[in-house]
Amino acid sequence: MTADTAVARKALAAVCDDVRPAGPGLSVSPGSAEEAAAVIRVAAELGLTMRPRGGGSRLWWGTPADCDLVIDTGRMSGVVEHAAGDLVARVRAGTRMGDVAAELAKAGQEIALDVPPDATVGGVLASGLAGPRRLRYGTPRDLLIGITIVRADGTVAKSGGKVVKNVAGYDLGKLFAGSAGTLGLITEATFRLHPLPAARAFVTAEYTAAAAACDAVAAAANSPLTASAVELSRAQPGGLIRVGVLLEGSADGVAARAARMSGLLGSPPATATVAAPATSVAASVAATSVAASVAAGRPAWWPAPLAAGPDQTLVRVSLWVSALGRVLDAVEAAARQAGVRPAVDGSAGAGLLYLRLAEDGPAAQAAFIARLREAVAGQRGAVTVLTAPHPVRAELAGRGGMSGPVPGLALMRSVKDRFDPRHLLAPGQFPDVA
Amino acid sequence: MADTAAGTNSQPTPGAAVAGGGPAVAGGLRAGALAGALRGICGPADVITDPLDLRTYECDGLTSHRAVPALVVLPESAEEVAAVVRACADAGVPFVARGSGTGLSGGAVPHPSGVLIVLTRMRRILEVDPVARRAVVEPGVTNLAVTQAAAPFGLFYAPDPSSQVVCSVGGNVAENSGGAHCLKHGFTVHHVLGLEVVTPSGELTWLGDGTGVTSGYDLLGAFTGSEGTLGIVTKVIVKLTPAPEAVHLILAAYDSLEAGGRAVTDIIAAGIVPAAIEMMDALSIEAAEAAVHCGYPAGASAVLLVELDGPAAEVSGELAMVREICQRAGAREIRAADDPAERAGIWAGRKSAFAAVGRLSPAYIVQDGVVPRTALGDVLARIAKLSAESGIRVANVFHAGDGNLHPLVLYNDAVPGEAERAEEVSGAILDTCIEYGGSITGEHGVGVDKARYMPKMFTAADLDTMQLVRCAFDPASLCNPGKVFPTPRLCGEVPGHHRGPRPAAAAGPEIL
Repeated sequence: MTADTAVARKALAAVCDDVRPAGPGLSVSPGSAEEAAAVIRVAAELGLTMRPRGGGSRLWWGTPADCDLVIDTGRMSGVVEHAAGDLVARVRAGTRMGDVAAELAKAGQEIALDVPPDATVGGVLASGLAGPRRLRYGTPRDLLIGITIVRADGTVAKSGGKVVKNVAGYDLGKLFAGSAGTLGLITEATFRLHPLPAARAFVTAEYTAAAAACDAVAAAANSPLTASAVELSRAQPGGLIRVGVLLEGSADGVAARAARMSGLLGSPPATATVAAPATSVAASVAATSVAASVAAGRPAWWPAPLAAGPDQTLVRVSLWVSALGRVLDAVEAAARQAGVRPAVDGSAGAGLLYLRLAEDGPAAQAAFIARLREAVAGQRGAVTVLTAPHPVRAELAGRGGMSGPVPGLALMRSVKDRFDPRHLLAPGQFPDVA
Repeated sequence: MADTAAGTNSQPTPGAAVAGGGPAVAGGLRAGALAGALRGICGPADVITDPLDLRTYECDGLTSHRAVPALVVLPESAEEVAAVVRACADAGVPFVARGSGTGLSGGAVPHPSGVLIVLTRMRRILEVDPVARRAVVEPGVTNLAVTQAAAPFGLFYAPDPSSQVVCSVGGNVAENSGGAHCLKHGFTVHHVLGLEVVTPSGELTWLGDGTGVTSGYDLLGAFTGSEGTLGIVTKVIVKLTPAPEAVHLILAAYDSLEAGGRAVTDIIAAGIVPAAIEMMDALSIEAAEAAVHCGYPAGASAVLLVELDGPAAEVSGELAMVREICQRAGAREIRAADDPAERAGIWAGRKSAFAAVGRLSPAYIVQDGVVPRTALGDVLARIAKLSAESGIRVANVFHAGDGNLHPLVLYNDAVPGEAERAEEVSGAILDTCIEYGGSITGEHGVGVDKARYMPKMFTAADLDTMQLVRCAFDPASLCNPGKVFPTPRLCGEVPGHHRGPRPAAAAGPEIL
């Protein structure tokens, strides 16, 4: 331990019970929001760079630089208040989403986000993660109604509150959602809740022609049958495209809607049954060129909550659903040209796809990403590399970087400069590096 | 004095003394000197300097706060707006944006020595993409016009403030407007997926791209609801929603607000999220009846409107449950309608309420507080007590599903002291909302009207932090100054000692 680190450790230990070495630097685990604020104040006085750590499953995402201090939020956990009658819950940022779900389920409610159960509330907010049901319920920023944060100098601030309808003041929650720890530490969040659905059904179909798949996605997403999710999966270039629709609601309602959704995706099933939630039964369908099936359980290919390890490249493509066909074609063409084999899946009905590149070489991956960006440059949306191994990042550096062009970048840098003038928080991440 | 200076439309002669008035007059002269430049940008027809004409813009829907602007311009394109703002920024002249002028918190009250930028000429619907369910519209387009453009495709624009026939989408963005359908369908921020804005320094930039997926910081989310203080919207990308298959409206009449409240509690507890739940008390029912003859059940102390929408297969089940719950809570009468004309007839009473109370009283204050839904009963009782103690009548209309109250505080301005007492009651209601953990504004915004309450709801650190955002966008404090925050934060220089070298890529390409 260097002399500097020893000094820092002593200063931090004066305000926090849990300070320990972590690599060349330190890690603290504050037990409360007040302790977290004190830690950050001390760290700022010492000029330490710092970053938050929740579940630790996305620490390598983006372009993180080394930092002096990791702030572990694990001890700041627990549901502070669950006002079931108001459909509102206040949660500490270090709480695991799985634990929140279990607590809220006791009253038949949920935060309607499909995220890994081990992800923390703060981590989910900071990364802006959402899953298939974003189509109906939105992303973390849409469900957040109040937030408490600690600024880079240790100041505690809140915005919003605990009522769903509130337009008093600026909405810092929107700003912090997706900010990856670069603007401050999230210590507490208040969410609006939804009732847990009584029943659900998955309606799925497979297509050989991309055009038919795209039509199905649009039809499902735009239908008054009110899908909760419309997902697409193409495991390999040129391969079959699977489309899946999630319907939630009452048992009778879901059964009736599933039958009609089958008709939208393909041919109406000859016999369609929806089993009670405990069992998983796939119904047989009429034999035509497109087979649609209905099941109570999710299909094997249904995307798992978003995750990617340090050796994987995960790219997010956002789009208008009317351009889905063009985007799928562009992915195919770019993949062919660059010689890579991306796996495609995601919430196509909500305007986004994820591409995974694993075995392909860094230069080929970068070439693919650059070509794809060129191909979609004329339409609305973006090709963003969420995470990639260092060699890929290096290849991308001269070719648009991780984010490509970001509208409003100057304003974002201006916001970062105001919130963290010394750039102590999450060094290296956007917008320091775009 | 400022408007006179502007009205004479003359450059101040060099060396001429400015008599009295101080900064306002000097500012007004600065603004007046801009008139020529603004005519060059927008054309002479779109620049207003005549004092009488300027007066027509002195207030928005909140008539208690007025200020005559030094100049008014009516640009017709995003480029004109940007050039106007640039001219103001160069001259150090404050500016305020105005849509349809229907706001209820004074957000569009002009700066007396500034330029008022009116967006009503920019009212084109630029694009409707029914497959993507998006529309791109100019800020002056009315809220209802968006739904009308979407209707042929079986789509509608969900946020529906009561003023939707006249209020502008740009104004909706500024205030993050809601309406009766917020609990289920959300507010403007949930349905706006892209904004082209003119920054306070006069640059055009996009925030968001209509995909609903954010690249970088969610400045779009921070901008929506910022009440015109962070820039001026010149294009809006909205999300369109499939028109629901089935819509049912239930009206239930009760002998007390408590009974109605019990029904609402039980509906939520049953796991139903209605599209709208509205409640009116005896006084507002009386007013609505007199105004539009809506035929609500006579003698009811409370009327509950519950609207259910969605797939027909779901709504039919919910309808049966809601009827049963309303009955169990002691409804003296229940009516149901699914026919659009019948539903409109039932809604007419609720929608007329604000205007209708004008018949009961020469003047009134509309309040806009929020409390947790479960506290509604207690808060309504407190309001009744305030009313009894002060002798000031209060009619209650509220979004029972999300706890957003609209107490209508009635008074006769001809009676000495009554206006002041009404103001006190109105303020006490807001204090009560804060006491119960609610908000001082659910949809009307802070504007000038509620800036003084912000310190009751937020700490100095909270307000200072919010203003960091303001400084990031508008360090010169020219964009709608004096709104929202009671004490402006001095933006100053950004302190800048960095640890080690700043990472490279200092200037990424930016799409304008």
